[in-house]
Amino acid sequence: MTREEVLQDIRERFGEDILEFLDKISTRVYIDIKAESIVRMCLYLFRNLGARFQTASGTDMPPHIEILYHFIIEDINLVISLRVWLNRENPEIASLAKEIEAFNWIEREISELLGVTFTGHPDPRRLLLADNWPECVYPLRQDYEEWDETADRTRGV
Amino acid sequence: MGKTIIPIGPYHPLLEEPELFTLTVDGETVVDIDMRMGYNHRGIEKLSEGLVFDNSTFVVERICGICSTSHPWAFTRAVEDIFPMEVSMRAKYIRTIIAEGERIHSHLLWLGLAGHFLGYNTVYMWAWKLREEILDVMEILSGNRNSYAMFKPGGVRRDIKAEDIPICLKKIDSIVPTLIMIKKAVLDDPVLHARLKGVGVLSYQDAIDFSALGPTSRASGVARDVRKDSPYGAYQEMDWNMIVTQNGDVLDKAVVRILEMIEAINIMKYCLENLPDGEIDACIKDVPPGEGIGHIEAPRGETFHYVKSDGTNRPVRHKVRAPTFMNLPTYKATVIGQTISDATIILAAIDPCYCCTERVAVKNDGGKMLYNGQDLVRLSQEKTERMRRRMGVK
Repeated sequence: MTREEVLQDIRERFGEDILEFLDKISTRVYIDIKAESIVRMCLYLFRNLGARFQTASGTDMPPHIEILYHFIIEDINLVISLRVWLNRENPEIASLAKEIEAFNWIEREISELLGVTFTGHPDPRRLLLADNWPECVYPLRQDYEEWDETADRTRGV
Repeated sequence: MGKTIIPIGPYHPLLEEPELFTLTVDGETVVDIDMRMGYNHRGIEKLSEGLVFDNSTFVVERICGICSTSHPWAFTRAVEDIFPMEVSMRAKYIRTIIAEGERIHSHLLWLGLAGHFLGYNTVYMWAWKLREEILDVMEILSGNRNSYAMFKPGGVRRDIKAEDIPICLKKIDSIVPTLIMIKKAVLDDPVLHARLKGVGVLSYQDAIDFSALGPTSRASGVARDVRKDSPYGAYQEMDWNMIVTQNGDVLDKAVVRILEMIEAINIMKYCLENLPDGEIDACIKDVPPGEGIGHIEAPRGETFHYVKSDGTNRPVRHKVRAPTFMNLPTYKATVIGQTISDATIILAAIDPCYCCTERVAVKNDGGKMLYNGQDLVRLSQEKTERMRRRMGVK
């Protein structure tokens, strides 16, 4: 399929799920979607369109938490980023880790750094943070405050 | 017979990425694996949010000592993608030269260590000796053996002098015969074939499901290379081959890396010989609000950076994903069912930070230490030795 056919296909198949469609440049497309559509859209991109999952990136943007799922379709050199907005008070989204192994670690990472709950994750342990890091303290949130009085985090710049 | 838990890791002064691998073994066979990382989480993404775009380049350069070109390039591409803008042709060529030099020295480093794990210390010595030549070239070009500080959003920091080019070409040419000799010695060695063929196979489907990257995926028949798929830098300017093999075992991963070095040498030479004239820096003044994605092919696979800007001089969000993040989970698919003596080389074949394997302790129920890291390397070397004797090779 060509680039236009792929985008047309996504538009037609997921018209209900798409909130906004930004065709930025020839190699980058950003699609804002409803949070509940994430599993079926990701599975369609990964399984049917043969996209490779690059990674997901979460950003704290009060009053929302934004998660971008980045895919690339290598044959047509197109990066498709699916954007979902979650409620910052109780961020929750369905996990894809049990369907596709590639989502496993990044969901664990976003969950501990931003406090997003991935429901149905098969292995929701910490990935990066230390064992003595307190619960419910999320370092990539905007309102993060230093909790460790002994820590020296001077940056030297 | 009861199962034994073998922890590999987590800390060693040599480690780039301290990690803990908990292997569950039944007799000699690995039946389960669990991985833990984050022992040295430095919070670089958070740190980068407080830095101006120019300074972030230096911070991401220090994510990895070996990939000190890949991260800055992915980051600068992400910043340039916010506009979007293209850098000048000369800057693209210079970036390509530095990146391919890094690929050669990274693969040589891997080849040497893989040889050491297998008891081929001659390969280790030769590979690291060759690596010195490439590091010398990098020093001539950038002023540093590592952490080249050549990249900045909009171009490169330092030009390549015309009088340096012949010296570099001569040095690069000087390693080619030795590299070809090593290639023949490794690929035609019957013991290595017997030792590595069919060991730690990553199937095509697993490579897709884990979204494996770089040589790890290309050895399993997944033709995936950012340099070909989403051309950047000067990679469309010349002919070069993407190396893809089909078996997915440790031998194929070695073959991909060795052949890739020869391609990288050709790319580097072409760029040095055909370096176009022009500006090297677009002198970016302001970064507009928006978001950008930069991804490039590092020696280990795709490095991915995402940058969000709000129009100030600092990124609002900077996400970094290194290739090992996607490749390491494939260890789960490749090590189960294999023996402990192969566990080190299967892990090394992914090219993560193999130093992990240096600090290995095998404990029994009483907590008495049976093996340490050197013992595991020794186990691996002894297996090669046994095969060598059985095959009658000296």
